[in-house]
Amino acid sequence: MSVMKRVSMIFKAKANKALDRVEDPRETLDYSYQRQLEMLTQVRRGVADVATSRKRVELQMNTLQQQQKKLDGQARQALGGGREDLAREALSRKSALDGQLSDLQNQYQSLQADEEKLTVASQRLQAKVEAFRTQKETIRATYTAAEAQTRIGEAVSGISEEMGDVGMAVQRAQDKTAQMQARAGAIDELMASGALEDVSGTPRDDIQAELDQMRGGQSVELELERLKGELGQAAPKEIGTGEPATQGQPADQHQAGEGS
Amino acid sequence: MIVRILGEGQLDVSDAATDELNVLDSRIEAAVNAGDEAAFRQALTALLDKVRSIGSPLAADALEPSDLILPYADADLEDVREMLTGEGLIPG
Repeated sequence: MSVMKRVSMIFKAKANKALDRVEDPRETLDYSYQRQLEMLTQVRRGVADVATSRKRVELQMNTLQQQQKKLDGQARQALGGGREDLAREALSRKSALDGQLSDLQNQYQSLQADEEKLTVASQRLQAKVEAFRTQKETIRATYTAAEAQTRIGEAVSGISEEMGDVGMAVQRAQDKTAQMQARAGAIDELMASGALEDVSGTPRDDIQAELDQMRGGQSVELELERLKGELGQAAPKEIGTGEPATQGQPADQHQAGEGS
Repeated sequence: MIVRILGEGQLDVSDAATDELNVLDSRIEAAVNAGDEAAFRQALTALLDKVRSIGSPLAADALEPSDLILPYADADLEDVREMLTGEGLIPG
């Protein structure tokens, strides 16, 4: 197994190298155990870092989705007011956000997968560290230094390999997370600078300004119509409703009064 | 024999599968030598799939060293080259 055998040999050599300097094999046990605990801390920190990154991407996705929703609402409003040009502009800005959103979605899925892998790796390492601790005590209690050597060698190289593997996984996840953090930072900066916000944000939002103007114009017209209506109907309405009431009822009452 | 797929854990694979795995391994070697990324990906995926399908996972608390260590599933040609020089590896 040429390539894979070479990879295996080099990997093992690297994994065990850190322990070479320890003279007494029983000291190797303690030294390795110490490193195992450190590695456990490291992989747990790695899981937490990836989770933080994932949450940040999730927040950004929410923000972009809200902006898209807002643009969609603006497009409807514009179309309702007969402004197809404005609706088209809002929709084209909405679709411009699609690329960023799908990029974030990919990042999210990738981070989620890394988080799961690292969680499983940390559980596996945890189980091995516990097994190692038990074995360490047994070896120490049962064997002389000379006898223990072989057993120590096996246990230590088994777990060193695991630590090398986990260490690589943590490193790769961290590298990836760092790259994504940089991209997430760029999007945050865009949002902060208003480049994304002026698409649907507050004062810079030209679509909203036009819509407001359009709606303002419409509502002035409506108000005017309402006032016209009120004024136009005011006179006949009061006469219309007043006449039968004032003429009919008192007349009846009068008649009734006269009759009794 | 015990095979570790980096990032995934260890599996117990029958020695009878050695020849079959050797064939897949030589495809990887050819791809690495030729610098053919697509062929490399295909060969690595085939090898890992084979190991996953015929191997049975070792218990999480097993402390046995592996006979064979395979690159992680999304390793590219460059990653494997680094593994062969030892640069991409972190000592335990």
